[in-house]
Amino acid sequence: MASVHVLRAVPKREPVELHSQAMDNLRVIRDTMERAGSFTGVPGWGGVAMGVSALLAAAVAQVQYPSVERWFLTWVLEAVVALAIGGFAMELKARSVHMSIFSPPGRKFALSFCPPLIVGALVTFVLYRSDVPNLIPGMWLCLYGTGIVSGGAFSVRIVPVMGLGFLALGCAAFFSSPVWNDAYLAAGFGGLHILFGVIIARRYGG
Amino acid sequence: MAKQSALRKTPNEIGQFDRLIHEPMRLRIVSALAAAPSLSFSDLKKLLRTTDGNVSVHARRLEEAEYIACTKSFEGRMPKTEYKLMPVGRRALEKYLDHMEAIIQAAREK
Repeated sequence: MASVHVLRAVPKREPVELHSQAMDNLRVIRDTMERAGSFTGVPGWGGVAMGVSALLAAAVAQVQYPSVERWFLTWVLEAVVALAIGGFAMELKARSVHMSIFSPPGRKFALSFCPPLIVGALVTFVLYRSDVPNLIPGMWLCLYGTGIVSGGAFSVRIVPVMGLGFLALGCAAFFSSPVWNDAYLAAGFGGLHILFGVIIARRYGG
Repeated sequence: MAKQSALRKTPNEIGQFDRLIHEPMRLRIVSALAAAPSLSFSDLKKLLRTTDGNVSVHARRLEEAEYIACTKSFEGRMPKTEYKLMPVGRRALEKYLDHMEAIIQAAREK
């Protein structure tokens, strides 16, 4: 005996339009390129240059004592020079892979990295005016480390690890004698930048 | 120039795009390598949030077409595989982008 099959119209799937698929593909390309750019956008050789300038600044700052003003001015100038080197190196690295430093990943990095630096500048001013400049080096290292850890959260693992190195040195500086302050600054802004800069440059293309 | 010629194509002609990088995972590999000087196997896997097998299979296809170059070395005792986009691959991606733009342009002109 023949069985009876109920015929039901199979709901037709709407075909995906070619242009909508093209837009999806462009979105995939853009997102992937942005993530890859932020992934390796931290400049290694720029870090090395920043480290070298910090070592020079440490040597100059050391001979400025007992003038706290001149010691302070030396490190403030070094901060300006280092930021300029870092920004220029990031721009060069971004250009080498046809990306812009102002692309969304670049902005994301800046938004995570800059707030601790702004706080650092403010606290520097307060500590300097309150006659406790001995606390400034530890605070600089800690807040710079915080910026690197948060800014580097979307980058290769070595970047936040470098930030943790700065944090560790900053904590050590807080609990050490102030005579070691320049040594801590040289070890952090000089040594860590050079060490991690070389690693990043060799592993992540400059 | 290439972009303009792609924009002048009809939708049927536009349909003839590079099948090798049209596959989503291969397209993402090529795009990632276009934005970084080079990437290791593990970084690529992490970036694309995929499996070892997926990266390996699709990267090999791209390598066979000379779109990407693969170098193997040792870092201490650990083997390290590094991928880099080749000029052929960059041109293929640019051409593919032109095709995608042409498709969108054609749809807008309808």
